[in-house]
Amino acid sequence: MLNQDHIALSIRNLRTWFHTDQGIARAVDDVSFDVPTGKTLAVVGESGCGKSVTALSILRLVPTPPGRIEGGEILFGGQDLLELPLGEMRAIRGNDISMIFQEPMTSMNPVFRVGGQIMAAIRLHRGLSKDEARREAIALLDRVGIPAPELRVNDYPHHMSGGMLQRVMIALALACGPKVLIADEPTTALDVTIQAQILDLLKTLQKDTGMAIMLITHDLGVVAEVADEVVVMYAGKKVEQAPVNRLFAAPRHPYTQGLFASLPATQQPGARLHTIDGNVPAATDFPRGCRFHPRCPKAMARCRDEEPPFRILEERHGTACWLHAEGGMAP
Amino acid sequence: MSGDLLSVQDLVMHFPVRQGVFSRTVGAVRAVDGVSFGIPAGTTLSLVGESGSGKTTTGRAILRLIEPTGGSVYFDGVDVSTADKAVLRGLRKRMQLIFQDPYGSLNPRMTVFSVIAEAMAVHRIGRRGADRRKRVLALLDMVGLPAEAADRYPHEFSGGQRQRIGIARALAVNPDLIIADEPVSALDVSIQAQILNLLIELQERLGLTYLFIGHDLSVVRHISDQVAVIYMGRIVEIGPAEAVFDHPTHPYTKALLAAAPVANPRARKPRRALPGDVPSPVNPPPGCPFHPRCPDATPSCRECVPKLQEIHNGHRVACPVAIKVGHHAADHHHPGESHGSHD
Repeated sequence: MLNQDHIALSIRNLRTWFHTDQGIARAVDDVSFDVPTGKTLAVVGESGCGKSVTALSILRLVPTPPGRIEGGEILFGGQDLLELPLGEMRAIRGNDISMIFQEPMTSMNPVFRVGGQIMAAIRLHRGLSKDEARREAIALLDRVGIPAPELRVNDYPHHMSGGMLQRVMIALALACGPKVLIADEPTTALDVTIQAQILDLLKTLQKDTGMAIMLITHDLGVVAEVADEVVVMYAGKKVEQAPVNRLFAAPRHPYTQGLFASLPATQQPGARLHTIDGNVPAATDFPRGCRFHPRCPKAMARCRDEEPPFRILEERHGTACWLHAEGGMAP
Repeated sequence: MSGDLLSVQDLVMHFPVRQGVFSRTVGAVRAVDGVSFGIPAGTTLSLVGESGSGKTTTGRAILRLIEPTGGSVYFDGVDVSTADKAVLRGLRKRMQLIFQDPYGSLNPRMTVFSVIAEAMAVHRIGRRGADRRKRVLALLDMVGLPAEAADRYPHEFSGGQRQRIGIARALAVNPDLIIADEPVSALDVSIQAQILNLLIELQERLGLTYLFIGHDLSVVRHISDQVAVIYMGRIVEIGPAEAVFDHPTHPYTKALLAAAPVANPRARKPRRALPGDVPSPVNPPPGCPFHPRCPDATPSCRECVPKLQEIHNGHRVACPVAIKVGHHAADHHHPGESHGSHD
């Protein structure tokens, strides 16, 4: 495992459940991983796998009720964020740990100028004067690559394109020099040429500031481009974790293998694509045993009844699968 | 071209921009600005482009769901653009649309049976109730849904299953052409593969012709015979799928391919990220609409709009600069083949 000093954020046995009329949805169920300093950890999975709920749990933004963090620890700077009083948690949000979302338009207030919104965040967290905050806002917009920032600072959100607004969101997230940036599908709503600009920007900013990035995405192409370390989630569980090169070269969990095989780019044009049979189960109705077993081509009798533990197979590469549980080590 | 099931010639779709108390027309959004292509029966042509490029509008104008400003559309030899209501109704039965968001396009209060049977009723297929029921069940089977699905409601299905319902509804009237507008964009990758397989299977089985509208290049490459790359309402490059993907020639096509993430961390490459945003279609830049973002632009690019020129069997490119460079480097060979050397 990595040296403690190199870990920006550590998630230990996190369980976030939703208590709904249909029953208990175990959206995140005993998930652990570390986000290394200065690196990008990608959490990848299909819709409903619990990747966004994990992110919201870190900042304690899970809507309660129906959601509740049932257990686990989120260690940041030597303290457990889940134990902090709300006031101290607020000081951490946006200051030490920032978040950007998929839809930049809905994350901004449409009736205020973008500059004003950035200034409000700076003044709240850093106590600058109005003029200082304005200069700082312009500098931030410049840093995220917005042309003519001294003019654009007066724009309203609807004046800007999706790519521009995502840059503003990044500027806002960086306003207080966070140690960790959580980016939840930051480029999913953007066109591919704009996506490339934003991914490049995040990489450059990471190099300059040394912040850790936790990137949540469903796009394996994006993972391959920017991640150092990858966590694969399925139905609220971490099913595989590995350094990016390792994962793409030799995925071990049947779900990860299925995901890679379904990518059109990995096949001959026009050929039948590999598919994973069936659908992702509803969170209130996850199967017993391994949650992937009803769709798994390699399922065995044991998979139906017993939940597989997460086991390290080789250096930093582990899976939760009975196929590999024997030789592996406990993490 | 003869032999094409669908032939689109110089299609133009301008939306007026109105302003002031009297709603005077002060300009136009040039959503589609002279698009031409043909699709031979039983094959797939994909329109690829970014948001606002005019790809969806092209699909709608072909069906005359919006009245095009100019140009003509021939379907099986019949001029769709001048057809009267009765003819149009007959034509629309043979041209069906499937959407990105199957949920938004299915009436939540209708059972799957009624959703599919409604399309048949509109086009007077299967007069007797029992015939319709039989046909709906056959369609569900064809798209991989169980017979019980007929009596359930759209919300009871997952995204992939809803897209199957949308496909069954489109097939209900025995169409020849399907316009598929981003049919897999909202789906997870494992489900996306299921739907792409289904579309390919149905094409083989029923001889369908597809106009596929998409933005994901790996999906487009997988499904297409021909690809047309569209930027600001104009086709900038068109040709057989291998030609466009293996020998991209227009700088925009190259940029799109370079920007698309590749699912291989060892293939990470420093790329020339395309600067800037797509300009406003109300005020398109003069000359080539791509020149403000183009890494290879020359002063002459702002003067006139380049026309598509053939560089190789059916592979046409609207960029005289790229074509010239290609000719220099590759002489009489396929100009695209040289791009690896100077890229």
